[in-house]
Amino acid sequence: MNAAMLRLVALRLVLGLLTLLIVSALVFTATELLPGDVAEALLGQSATPTAVAGLRAALHLDQPAWWRYLLWLGGLLGGDPGISLVNRLPVAAQIGNRLPNSLKLASITACVTVPLALTLGITTAMWRGSRYDRIVGMGIIGIVSVPEFLIASLAVLVFAVKLRWLPALAFRSGPQDFWTMLRLLAMPVGTLALVGIGQMSRMTRAALVTVLESSYVEMARLKGAGPIRIVLVHALPNALGPIVNAVALSTSFLLGGVIIVETIFNYPGLAKLMVDAVSTRDLPLVQACAMLFCAAYLALVLIADVVAILANPRLRQR
Amino acid sequence: MRRLSPIGMVALAVVLAWALAALFAPLIAPYPPGRIVTRDSLADLSVAFPLGTDYLGRDMLSRVLYGARYTLGIALLSTALACLMGVTLGLTAAARGGWFDMTVSRVLDAMISVPSLLAALVVVSSLGSSIPVLIAAAAVIYTPGAYRLSRAVAVNINAMDFVAVARARGEGTLYLIRAEILPNMILPVLTDFGLRFVFVVLLLTGMSFLGLGIQPPNADWGTLVRENVEGLSFGAPAVIMPALAIATLTIAVNALIDSVAGGRVTDGR
Repeated sequence: MNAAMLRLVALRLVLGLLTLLIVSALVFTATELLPGDVAEALLGQSATPTAVAGLRAALHLDQPAWWRYLLWLGGLLGGDPGISLVNRLPVAAQIGNRLPNSLKLASITACVTVPLALTLGITTAMWRGSRYDRIVGMGIIGIVSVPEFLIASLAVLVFAVKLRWLPALAFRSGPQDFWTMLRLLAMPVGTLALVGIGQMSRMTRAALVTVLESSYVEMARLKGAGPIRIVLVHALPNALGPIVNAVALSTSFLLGGVIIVETIFNYPGLAKLMVDAVSTRDLPLVQACAMLFCAAYLALVLIADVVAILANPRLRQR
Repeated sequence: MRRLSPIGMVALAVVLAWALAALFAPLIAPYPPGRIVTRDSLADLSVAFPLGTDYLGRDMLSRVLYGARYTLGIALLSTALACLMGVTLGLTAAARGGWFDMTVSRVLDAMISVPSLLAALVVVSSLGSSIPVLIAAAAVIYTPGAYRLSRAVAVNINAMDFVAVARARGEGTLYLIRAEILPNMILPVLTDFGLRFVFVVLLLTGMSFLGLGIQPPNADWGTLVRENVEGLSFGAPAVIMPALAIATLTIAVNALIDSVAGGRVTDGR
């Protein structure tokens, strides 16, 4: 790594942190929009004024909003995002319980999605305009235009109800062997993979097509290089940055999918925790989950940016 | 604008059909949507109930037709608001530049990095779920995308010769935007409107599916899927039909844009 690259990476890091800071302010403001008082809402109409005042002080509601924002931000950074308004359990512990499940779902989905999406994206870009490209393209437009719960419901209908190959629920408590786990996770992962492959492969295709239509690829073709050589040697090294970016950006769509899929399959992950917290209006839990998801997404985008900088051949010798 | 391809014609027909269904639901629906018409709940397709019945024994066809009013109406209003705010901000940023452009761009870029369903959940957790809140949330969530597009297009047009000529004539900023820039933005903005409409439909039906969107007795297509979801374990059409209704609408809008704008739709949100 040289000085120019180092400077770019540092700049990206600062921009990423700035974005995260703005996002935290947005999340905090959005949850502060509630007219009226959380303390009154929590204690109900029969609460005594002293009880309300006590809870207000405990929740720092008697402090100005900017101070509460700083307190909250400090808590997040220190790993203590507060206490649930509904069941009085620490938010950190509740998130800690669900995190392994979500990571398991995410990693299995990534292992399935990324290779398939890249293969589809690269091959459709190589043979763009062919019948193969058009058919895959139509399928992908179909998948990305359709709600995730339709894909999930159709999967349940076909594989669990009609064919009886798979169980309809994703979670079973107690110990289970590897095969049982795979069977249980097949439909959630399959649904997410379809959604992810749709987004990722079309972004990959778009990134690669831009490179394939540039003049140095034209030059390579005129010199007589074969299509495989053109893609692997000439186009891919230059398209690596945009492709990695495409993969990171599609996780934004995947997150929406995770929220729907964890709900429909009753999977005890972070997204389900957040949806439940929204319906009970447990604000500290919602805020912490939202920040965790945003931070994870921004971290992925940041990593992709850094990889793109490192992979950019034009920055290598300076 | 070119002639529509055969696929484009079909897509246009589907979109128009849903628009008419939403407008004239009271005239075409065989039953009132809230009335329990049979004891046979979550029933299969039949002549009397072409789309089956729901978990209470209400006619699904009538419920889907009335649901179109919520899904199409609310999504149309949110998309229009998002595009209005996005285009206004984008034009102002492109015309004024400087600190205004930088601040707005930075903040809206940060908003884009919050996944849309997540943002909607955060808003609903504090304000509760009502139709005005949902419309406002969807409009704000999709403003940054409309802003990005219109700003980029406006910056391009702004650099063209005919704008420079008008500026040299001594025309003011408002005139430049209205007479020179805006007319040249209509096709890209309309295309973007269609794309954003699909995202809004998916977002709002997704929220309703989670039980955090349109609340019963009002029911959009997402609510219809949710309230019948227990029928999924034996394959009741009441779950699949409203979901298919969403799919036909969104696929048709995307295919229509594809055929009007030409080429593949590549950009994300």
